[in-house]
Amino acid sequence: MSTTVNSSAPAAAPEKTRTRRHLSDRARAERKLGWLLAGPAFVIMLLVTLYPIVQALWDSLFSFRLTAPGDKEFVFLGNYATALSDIVFWRDLGVTLLITVVTVVVELVLGLALALVMHSAIKATRGLLRTAILVPYGIITVVSAFAWFYAFDITTGYVNNWLSWLPMIGPDFNWFASAGPSLFVIMASEIWKTTPFISLLLLSGLAQVPGELTEAARVDGASAWQRLSKVVLPNMKAAIMVAVVFRALDAFRIFDNVFIMTKGQYGTETLSLLAYRTSIGRLEIGLGSAISVILFICVMLIALVAIKVFKVDLTGGSGKGK
Amino acid sequence: MLSTKQKIGWTVISIAVLVYALFPVLSILMTSFKSSSDLNSGKFIPTKFVTSNYEQIFVGEAKDLFLPALWNSIGISLISTFVAVVLATLCAYAIARLDFPGKKIVLTTALMVSMFPVVSIVTPLFNLWRQVGLYDTWLGLIIPYLSLTLPISIWTLAAFFQQIPWDLDRAAQVDGATTWQAFRKVIVPLTLPGVFTTAIIAFFIAWNDFVYGIGLTSTAAARPVPAALAFFTGASQFEAPAGAISAAAIIVTIPVVLLVLAFQRQIVSGLTQGAVKG
Repeated sequence: MSTTVNSSAPAAAPEKTRTRRHLSDRARAERKLGWLLAGPAFVIMLLVTLYPIVQALWDSLFSFRLTAPGDKEFVFLGNYATALSDIVFWRDLGVTLLITVVTVVVELVLGLALALVMHSAIKATRGLLRTAILVPYGIITVVSAFAWFYAFDITTGYVNNWLSWLPMIGPDFNWFASAGPSLFVIMASEIWKTTPFISLLLLSGLAQVPGELTEAARVDGASAWQRLSKVVLPNMKAAIMVAVVFRALDAFRIFDNVFIMTKGQYGTETLSLLAYRTSIGRLEIGLGSAISVILFICVMLIALVAIKVFKVDLTGGSGKGK
Repeated sequence: MLSTKQKIGWTVISIAVLVYALFPVLSILMTSFKSSSDLNSGKFIPTKFVTSNYEQIFVGEAKDLFLPALWNSIGISLISTFVAVVLATLCAYAIARLDFPGKKIVLTTALMVSMFPVVSIVTPLFNLWRQVGLYDTWLGLIIPYLSLTLPISIWTLAAFFQQIPWDLDRAAQVDGATTWQAFRKVIVPLTLPGVFTTAIIAFFIAWNDFVYGIGLTSTAAARPVPAALAFFTGASQFEAPAGAISAAAIIVTIPVVLLVLAFQRQIVSGLTQGAVKG
């Protein structure tokens, strides 16, 4: 850093130079300290994600099975061609997208209802409601999967008895023998477990809607529904978008619930399961890596579309406006 | 004051929310108290409450499957939480307090890492860990767990730290406190709640992991509870493991419920600050 010395005031110059250099040294030291403190976390984050994905990219170019490690052969994009020409891949992508869309839509509605309840709840019940809602958030996904599975399962379940008044459901109705009913229970478990998170995000969005706005609308004679749809929701659009993107990315990676309930059978397999089954289940590292990379690209595409097309500012958040 | 009508309304709504939040937990709790002959009764409540399932996982046949897994889960989750929170505290302090280029890069990286599909990490690690001997070890899980715990810790702590009136420590020093006193009496009490809350959230996430758990372990040496549950078998070959799994599920849910009961307010503020305000 260069310092300019004011020669017309020689007496003051040394003093001034010292403070300037002191400042720039200080700034430089601050930069150094900043990276010193943030560096380890940053490097570890890169190591645990960037390294595996690069390795997966590399592995995906080879025909490589752990059962026959000697037969490693460079096939370039062959694994991608194999994966993308397989009907199972497209079926699994369809299932994954279906789960993503349905769960996000249901969770948004349910989460908003819960957020509104918590927002307007009186003090006495607010703590109780928040505590209750945090229980599903904290519960292990696998535990939630077993809870829903055992409730609906044909041998251990009681749901068939409870729903026997429905025309299609009798004591012999097996929820886990075809795609539709299985996916219904899988999505129910997923929704139950993750709605609290979305509702907490929406709750903090609600808290940022100026109270005067809704009050003014009320004075002007707007009904409760009008106040919600015309005043509250438009003002918390950013919070809604952030919640939707976070949840959509999460739902797209769904694994635990499907694995526990059906292991992906009966047409319930998702992309995460397909990648897992191919690489760790069948030890086809090359093909499995290719599917992993495709999954990664899908997730990045969703994030990119959200950020570029819908202008969701995930790093700025809703708190600082659009 | 609330009118009677409003009171009834709130009671109904509160009960509905409570049923929503707690019913599946209650359901598995009931299953855990059913005897093996009672499991297929088709009823919600056990005909007779028995503790045989709990005996099975703590002293019975499933003991060797459950107890090591419980120990693995506790150890691995606590260590990866601790490491993540220490690293994230330093990182978040730098982001909140210091002026250096690349702040935004660190935060964006954390965001991207948290969106990363775990399955895409587990496949290459599965192969690598087998070669370097980390497969089926604690360290082999602690390292990838950091990809889950570190990003959320950085975001949550950075949000917390940005709201702290850091200048208080200078004020304390002006008032005659030493640097150490200012740190201990002013900075630590200001930052500790945020650090603690972050630790709870990170712990929940590590505790919840399943994909790394089944992908990177093969024996009781490192397999955590969620993965072990998927491998439970009944007391005999012909017996459904539902009872034992339910009992084990309840045991691993207890710490979560206790943490939620004790720190509900902090967890909510931590979650919403980290994710929304950033």
